[in-house]
Amino acid sequence: MDLTYTEEEREFRARLREWLGKTLPELPARPSPDDWPGRRAHDLGWQRRLYEAGYAGLHWPVDAGGRGATPTQHLIFLEETERAGAPYVGANFVGLLHAGPTIAAEGTAEQRARWLPPVLRGDEVWCQGFSEPDAGSDLAALRTKAVRDGDEYVITGSKIWTSHAEVADWCELLVRTDPGAPKHRGISWLAMPMDAPGVTVRPLRTLAGSTEFAEMFLDGVRVPVGNRVGAENDGWRVTMVTLSFERGTAFVGEVVACRRTLAALARTARANGRWDDPVLRRRLGRLHGEFGALWRLTQWNVSESTRSGGVPGTGGSVFKLRYSHARQELYDAAAEVLGAAGGALSLDEEWTLDRLSSLSYTIAAGTSQIQQNIVAERILGLPKGR
Amino acid sequence: MDFQLTEDQRALRAGVRELLEGRYGREALRASLDSADGGDPAGVVDRELWRELGEAGFFALRLPEGGPDGGVGLGPAEAVLVFEEAGRVLLPGPLVATHLAAGVVPGAAQGTAVVTAFDLGGPFVAYLGESDAVLGADGAGAEGAAGAGAVPVRSVDPLTPLYRTAGAPGAVSGALRDEGALLTAALQLGSALRTTELAVRYAKEREQFGQPIGGFQAVKHLCAQMLVRGEVARTAVYAAAVTGAPGEIAGAKLLADEAAVRNARDCLQVHGGMGFTWEADVHLHLKRAWVRAEQWRTAAEAEELLAAELAAEAAAEAGGLGG
Repeated sequence: MDLTYTEEEREFRARLREWLGKTLPELPARPSPDDWPGRRAHDLGWQRRLYEAGYAGLHWPVDAGGRGATPTQHLIFLEETERAGAPYVGANFVGLLHAGPTIAAEGTAEQRARWLPPVLRGDEVWCQGFSEPDAGSDLAALRTKAVRDGDEYVITGSKIWTSHAEVADWCELLVRTDPGAPKHRGISWLAMPMDAPGVTVRPLRTLAGSTEFAEMFLDGVRVPVGNRVGAENDGWRVTMVTLSFERGTAFVGEVVACRRTLAALARTARANGRWDDPVLRRRLGRLHGEFGALWRLTQWNVSESTRSGGVPGTGGSVFKLRYSHARQELYDAAAEVLGAAGGALSLDEEWTLDRLSSLSYTIAAGTSQIQQNIVAERILGLPKGR
Repeated sequence: MDFQLTEDQRALRAGVRELLEGRYGREALRASLDSADGGDPAGVVDRELWRELGEAGFFALRLPEGGPDGGVGLGPAEAVLVFEEAGRVLLPGPLVATHLAAGVVPGAAQGTAVVTAFDLGGPFVAYLGESDAVLGADGAGAEGAAGAGAVPVRSVDPLTPLYRTAGAPGAVSGALRDEGALLTAALQLGSALRTTELAVRYAKEREQFGQPIGGFQAVKHLCAQMLVRGEVARTAVYAAAVTGAPGEIAGAKLLADEAAVRNARDCLQVHGGMGFTWEADVHLHLKRAWVRAEQWRTAAEAEELLAAELAAEAAAEAGGLGG
């Protein structure tokens, strides 16, 4: 058990820190949460800078245009960028963390050449068309159908909770290509251009008041068969290959951010006198221990995936269960420290929006209940059932 | 960075597990329980087993190799792995105090002396009547301190005899207290992982409504939460052993205490009526976890220590939340 970084890893960190110190002051401010075209431009601009500096697709395999960095280097990258206050992956989330890795793992050489470089360069944005109004936690029950017509699929149906749909160029779409097959075996994975005729996007307003995601209606949308990644009806497996990535390192930067938030909270509590309340002080102390442990759990999972050759383990579900809950606890504690007098009820405070958005963490990317099923069935070997 | 067990560490853990399961399996545990229950707490600390542990290097583990006390020359990381195994089997006795006394109190390293400590922070002390010496507040041993005005009290944990002393003795402080907290956290970790296994095993066997109860989400999710608590405590304890930082040790103790206590309670719940019986081992895990949660560093102390560390770290930067 070794928590020290190698000479090479320390050099990597130092170079990155130096580059961030030089680059971040030149960045424009992030546009308001409602300005989607502005946010897209901002996030892509950051991705372009990463690309030019050689940090784009750091952990992607070299033959997919990535840098083939070790999981530990990727961890350092996520830690340092967050610590320095660099922009989050933002609009590039699906392209960099999900659709991209899926294409890298399962796509043909031609497909990789078409879709991966624009993601790394910050030219194209992807969104995810998985969930449907009647297929959420039971994702494999999805009904959006794709019927073969010559060299094309004709797609009809609807998708929901599609983040960045309004500004995306491509959608990684799960469709039913064999309605007669068992539900997991009749699904295919398609890359759908968002400007195709028949695609209608309707923004959905979240409880935070913003339009972070959208509903998507697909009415006779034609997508070339060549846009299918993996074999026909093999889309479920293709998707599962990369879903674990979503739960693997996706939250590393956020743990660092939560620790920064907690420190800011402690400063606020010291300044406004709430620190003298032993109940609240102990609660903050506990959160400090909790996020410290979550950081160690991250290092544990990264070390484990290094040993297994980069494959994220089931540790991602354990981490997500605990982290999503801790994040909500953190913002609840923040509300108590600030109180109404300190702005706990004011939407003008950015952290209030963060508090509201923390409510999605136990739902998105697999609800806590689904994660507990995964942990119980795949790790503990308990029988499937309800 | 390679925050995973080395081959040697895996082998050490496997070896200790084999030794303890062979030497202190369920039958031995129930025998000590029966003996304590029959009013003979002296049978709780098995002197012969204590010496065998000493010979195996349990107490001298962290003493330098080649020294007069037969040190094994390993570090805190290995010590927590060994204590985790002792926690799994609910090995009774002042394991932590005797380990800390190795090299200080004669015979502790070899397991020929049983040493306890004033680790409960009040007039109570565990295993006083079963011990040869008490580890003093200054880390030095006070031999023969066992007698002097102490009276036995009925302990919630039948395998942790408790005594009330006349005065309020000085608790062990400083680095030694951190070490005690770390090793106790490791014992709690072992118990938390073990109760998860017990609950999962029972949930797979016990059938109701025509199926194993582990197929019901209400039960399944209890088990999943137990695993999560155990894994978070595991990384916290291992990391604290590697860094030795007082704040990290406090966090590890806090999380391991919580994992041990709450996992034992969930394990009890999964066992249903059986869980409420004397016959099931679940109550022994819960009662020991309650005792250990009070030893070396309580939740309140750990949280205050963590809060102080947070405040110190936060002061190094500027800016708050809200306007």
